[in-house]
Amino acid sequence: MADPMKIRASMVGDSTEVKVLMNHEMETGQRKDAQGAVIPAWFIQSVTVTYGGKTVLAAQWGPAVSKNPFLSFKFKGGAKGEKVTITWIDNKGDKRTDEATIT
Amino acid sequence: MPNFARRGSSLVALLTVVAIPSVLAQGTTVDEIAKYRAALQDGNPAELWEARGEELWKQKRGPRQTSLEQCDLGLGAGVVKGAYARLPRYFADADRVMDLETRLVWCMVAQQGYTEADAKKSPFGNGNAKKSDIEALVAYITSESRGVPMNVSLAHPKEAAMYRIGEKMFYFRGGPHDFGCVTCHGEDGKRIRLQDLPNLTKLEGAQKAYTTWPAYRVSQGELRTFQWRLYDCFRQQRFPELLYGSDASIALTMFLARNANGAAFDAPAIKR
Repeated sequence: MADPMKIRASMVGDSTEVKVLMNHEMETGQRKDAQGAVIPAWFIQSVTVTYGGKTVLAAQWGPAVSKNPFLSFKFKGGAKGEKVTITWIDNKGDKRTDEATIT
Repeated sequence: MPNFARRGSSLVALLTVVAIPSVLAQGTTVDEIAKYRAALQDGNPAELWEARGEELWKQKRGPRQTSLEQCDLGLGAGVVKGAYARLPRYFADADRVMDLETRLVWCMVAQQGYTEADAKKSPFGNGNAKKSDIEALVAYITSESRGVPMNVSLAHPKEAAMYRIGEKMFYFRGGPHDFGCVTCHGEDGKRIRLQDLPNLTKLEGAQKAYTTWPAYRVSQGELRTFQWRLYDCFRQQRFPELLYGSDASIALTMFLARNANGAAFDAPAIKR
């Protein structure tokens, strides 16, 4: 199973700022290993962030996103003590969901 | 004639135009790299290593199924906070001066029951699937010293001896290129490609360099420890391989750590 994400969510004025670090190889499929064999592509394809049952961010990612990606964004609303849930799914179907409390 | 002169002056003008941007370019390149680092600072993936390291520190592992929480890093068994700012140091139980990584290997052998070969088997991750446990542990332990002023002691004779050996190594020139640490790190304004190199013979350079290792290397996708830093410097100098946890590596670490005394530790950092 994939390693956990590191999530920080904090209130800035009337919106919530979310910062996420994800643990992922993000292999492009363009690289070759020492033997010259192509390393198969392996990257996060979709990222979904929900708050209070509503999707506040949905993203489709490709192989151009870096290894161990960092994502930062704001959404309007949110309240201290409430939870933000983040899910990613990669092209192998592996997925990981983590949540964080807004501070 | 007038025509000729005009051509001459326009050539001078052209040269000036060309010359100015190249002088500016050097300044801006350094600035741009600094900006790049600042932008990355916010989401430093080293935090992922820190989290994994904390788990490894607390997990019961090895043939004896014990956690490393009994490991004494110099401030008492299991005390992690501020421990790195005082390393390397002399440990009476091992009768040896040790840096953090050597000490971790020692604890893994003495307390968790690993063989030394197993504990040292893969100290450096390869940027892909092969991850190093020691790199993660180092990330966690060093993160617990963030903000703590460096305070390395030379009170024990063995510590003082290590420092002297490290100093000698730093200034020693050898190998096929007649190179030494001091070749790159003894003057201001030296570079490898676009990377500015710190002048380690000055207090400011020595402090800034030592307090920002370990670091996440973006180009390698790995968190790199101080042992790795020295290992790779030796490789770049075409010196014989610096053995992991050898007295030579500890001596050089001791020299550099002690010279950083007084500066607040600020790692795991992020580097290009």
